[in-house]
Amino acid sequence: MKRLVFLIMAIMLHGIFLMASSSTAATDAQEMENGKHGDLPRFLVPSAASQENFPCSRCHNFRTADRTKRKLTAYHRNIELKHAEDQRWCYDCHEGDQLRLQNGKLVAFTESYVLCGQCHGTIYRDWKAGIHGKRSGEWDGDKLYRVCANCHDPHKPRFRAIEPKQPPMKPSDIKDR
Amino acid sequence: MEENGRRRNPLGLKLPRRTFIKGALLGLGSAALLPGQAGAAWEAFLQKNFREMSDAEVRAVIARLEKEAAGEWGKEIKIDASKAKPGVKFGYGLDLSRCIGCRKCVYACTEENNQSRTPQIHWITVLRFAKGEKWLDLENSEKYYNPKEVPEEGFFYLPVQCQQCENPPCVKVCPTKATWKEPDGIVVIDYNWCIGCRYCMAACPYGARRFNWARPGIKAEEINPDTHYLGNRPRYKGVVEKCTFCVQRTRAGKYPACVEVCPVGARKFGNLLDPESEIRYLIKNKRVFRLKEDLNTEPKFFYFFAT
Ligand code: HEC
Ligand code: HEC
Ligand code: HEC
Ligand code: HEC
Repeated sequence: MKRLVFLIMAIMLHGIFLMASSSTAATDAQEMENGKHGDLPRFLVPSAASQENFPCSRCHNFRTADRTKRKLTAYHRNIELKHAEDQRWCYDCHEGDQLRLQNGKLVAFTESYVLCGQCHGTIYRDWKAGIHGKRSGEWDGDKLYRVCANCHDPHKPRFRAIEPKQPPMKPSDIKDR
Repeated sequence: MEENGRRRNPLGLKLPRRTFIKGALLGLGSAALLPGQAGAAWEAFLQKNFREMSDAEVRAVIARLEKEAAGEWGKEIKIDASKAKPGVKFGYGLDLSRCIGCRKCVYACTEENNQSRTPQIHWITVLRFAKGEKWLDLENSEKYYNPKEVPEEGFFYLPVQCQQCENPPCVKVCPTKATWKEPDGIVVIDYNWCIGCRYCMAACPYGARRFNWARPGIKAEEINPDTHYLGNRPRYKGVVEKCTFCVQRTRAGKYPACVEVCPVGARKFGNLLDPESEIRYLIKNKRVFRLKEDLNTEPKFFYFFAT
């Protein structure tokens, strides 16, 4: 019983954190604009995005933006939006050679985590503290962060399943040597 | 003795060393009476417990062990003996809401820490539980799961390794004081003092210790030559081993190998005494728990659900 009460309290507290943290990405965007770094990570592992589509303007300068929701067939055929797609489409996040934030401000592709942080405030805060996502390097020194797009495809962010490594040997598998 | 004439640890004797050494010394009177050709073996036999050695003695012992290891494994092996840093107590965090059970940690650990490949020794065991199952039943869980892809719908995964208890039952039962807790909180083993009685394995509530039933089988090219005396240096037949939070890496400031390899970032590591560390952040902000908390072992291995 005591545990249950504790659990409920923990969940309620969690809710408060959620509310308190939702504005951090906006502040970070502001700080970056002012040339400050705040509590943002210093060393980032860039995402493994294919290079063939950069810069976007190489082609898109010669195309008028087509804002109708559709399945792309002529190009970008591998991109399928499965990320709250009912509420939005490509140009909610893209503009020219940059990424577009909710408030219309633009950030570079290399700062895509700021975009993610706008809607995923708690996770973003955890990520900066090294809890969500991965840091490597030195536990008491310089740390390398993976940006969100390193693990989540922004268009279809559910983490992809992978093949597991082989299970340990069962005692019955062990043969005489 | 053993294959290709190597010395066993300690000299293949099954007696508790302490009493035996005392007896031997009393009986023989002094080391000067020793037959000359048994010099190195005798040095090995007389080797003090790591904690009782002076810096010079440590250096001498390491020089001898490095030479032995090179002969034994056909490869140059560096053995480091760096001490715990003051103001550091290591803690570990594992996010069960992220772990996908891929076992990458298991094999990265094996490679980093020179575990025997045949017979197979793993320091990390990943357990699988059906969601909703009475899941803290560690002994009756599934560790041989082998689907095409992980994570599987309806399951979650719980990797278990040495929990680095503050109050370690394994240390208490060791008759030769071959295992102890270092000032930075890591429970270590002096493989030259372990007599292989396996009391510690029986005492560990987490099943985290492993026994070398045979000489570790590792190919020379697979041996990691950067080792620590208390960690991943090649082991002997008949000694116990276990996770040391990669003492050879973490005392050099690096993250443990399992943290580095985890593809989902479920593994967290840092200094419990540093309020700014990620481990302190998660203890403060997440719902953490430890395995078998009721046993009062005070593990420094914290499991949590980030969501
Ligand atoms: C090689 C040329 C090329 C490059 C480079 C390119 N695109 Fe496109 N893009 C196209 C074509 C062609 C279409 C139309 C596809 C269709 O209608 O099926 C398109 C469609 C799109 C659309 C759908 C909306 C629209 O206006 O049709 C978006 C959004 C988009 N591109 C974004 C980008 C971004 C962001 C980049 C840079 C990261 C980029 N593209 C790089 C050729 C390119
Ligand atoms: C949630 C915001 C979001 C939406 C919606 C979105 N994108 Fe993106 N897109 C991104 C981010 C962030 C990146 C950078 C990825 C990286 O760094 O790996 C990106 C990268 C790209 C790239 C370059 C990488 C590649 O895979 O070639 C193209 C092209 C692109 N988007 C096209 C599109 C198209 C077309 C749509 C609509 C169907 C779309 N995007 C919708 C956020 C978004
Ligand atoms: C405009 C708001 C918005 C932005 C910006 C945004 N997301 Fe999301 N995201 C959502 C919503 C809403 C959901 C839940 C609906 C869904 O799963 O489609 C979601 C779901 C997710 C999920 C869970 C998907 C699943 O199926 O479990 C991940 C992972 C994710 N987002 C990652 C990202 C990343 C990475 C970025 C930055 C590239 C990002 N999001 C940017 C709104 C956003
Ligand atoms: C090291 C890889 C990694 C990085 C980097 C990472 N994530 Fe995740 N994320 C995961 C994994 C694994 C899950 C769990 C996925 C699952 O259960 O399917 C997850 C889950 C999520 C979810 C789903 C909600 C939840 O709590 O399960 C969201 C949203 C999300 N991540 C957003 C982000 C954002 C935003 C960033 C960057 C600030 C980010 N992630 C960086 C690996 C990562």
